[in-house]
Amino acid sequence: MKIAIASNGNTLESTLDKNFGRCAYFVIFDTENGAMEFIPNPNKDMEENAGPASVQLVASKSASKIVSFEFGLKIKPLLDSLKIQMIILKEPGKQIRDIIKMLNH
Amino acid sequence: MSPRIKTIRKVLNPPVIKGFKPYGPESNKQDLEPVNLLFEEYEAIRLSDYDMLNHHQSSVMMGVSRPTFTRIYASALQKIARAFVEGRQIAINGGKVYFDSDWYHCNNCKCNFNNPQRNEEIKACPLCGSGQIESFNATNIAGTYHSKNFEDLCICPSCGFEQEHQPGNPCNQMICPECKNFMKRKGTPGAKGPKTKIL
Repeated sequence: MKIAIASNGNTLESTLDKNFGRCAYFVIFDTENGAMEFIPNPNKDMEENAGPASVQLVASKSASKIVSFEFGLKIKPLLDSLKIQMIILKEPGKQIRDIIKMLNH
Repeated sequence: MSPRIKTIRKVLNPPVIKGFKPYGPESNKQDLEPVNLLFEEYEAIRLSDYDMLNHHQSSVMMGVSRPTFTRIYASALQKIARAFVEGRQIAINGGKVYFDSDWYHCNNCKCNFNNPQRNEEIKACPLCGSGQIESFNATNIAGTYHSKNFEDLCICPSCGFEQEHQPGNPCNQMICPECKNFMKRKGTPGAKGPKTKIL
């Protein structure tokens, strides 16, 4: 199962981004083999509809869960129809390393 | 002047079927337009006649005002009656709605998450795997906020007896158990005691 995390950097020490649509990097974490992939977000500087474009990117990587600090208004119905689970973690300073540790429960 | 913007109605689950077809020898003879029942009208029927909620409770569930809910419900009944009498098909689609999924809160890692697979029950937190999860909804939070932030007391103006206010029972109709006088809401003029802020 693949899980996408919105990150603001491309290292394990970077923290959870406050915004899903405009985060700097997506971390695609595979729970089965522990593989990790950092994808730079091409929609970072888009004026509008960054969220739906990011959803498309994450869905194309076949992620079934997304961890973020916040989700925009346009995203929720999209994710609902794609059956992707949203996980809202209200700890913006949390490091990607810690989140992955939690996911490996 | 442009018309007022419609509030988006919240619908819990889409209906299991897409519509209804009449049967019998007469049903296929005339080619009638099907009646289009909107999702919000289906939800109104489901809430008030299947779940047996009253219009006020149902309107809260759908995120609209009580009068709006009653209008949606009335229009649903009208459409169904028309389909029955004229032998038309009912097609359930359209309407300004969104489908809401259930939200949960994990007490271990303090995260919130939703359940996109409606038919599967969630037993553990997807993030930390703990079982300390609870269903999360705005009314729960509103309830705790309410009870924490202001004390609601009824006070007897003549002897000073205080008791907790029961929502739905006006204080000025309550009788003080000590001196048999009418009570008042604490903080209103004429009532003793320090003035409390009433939100």
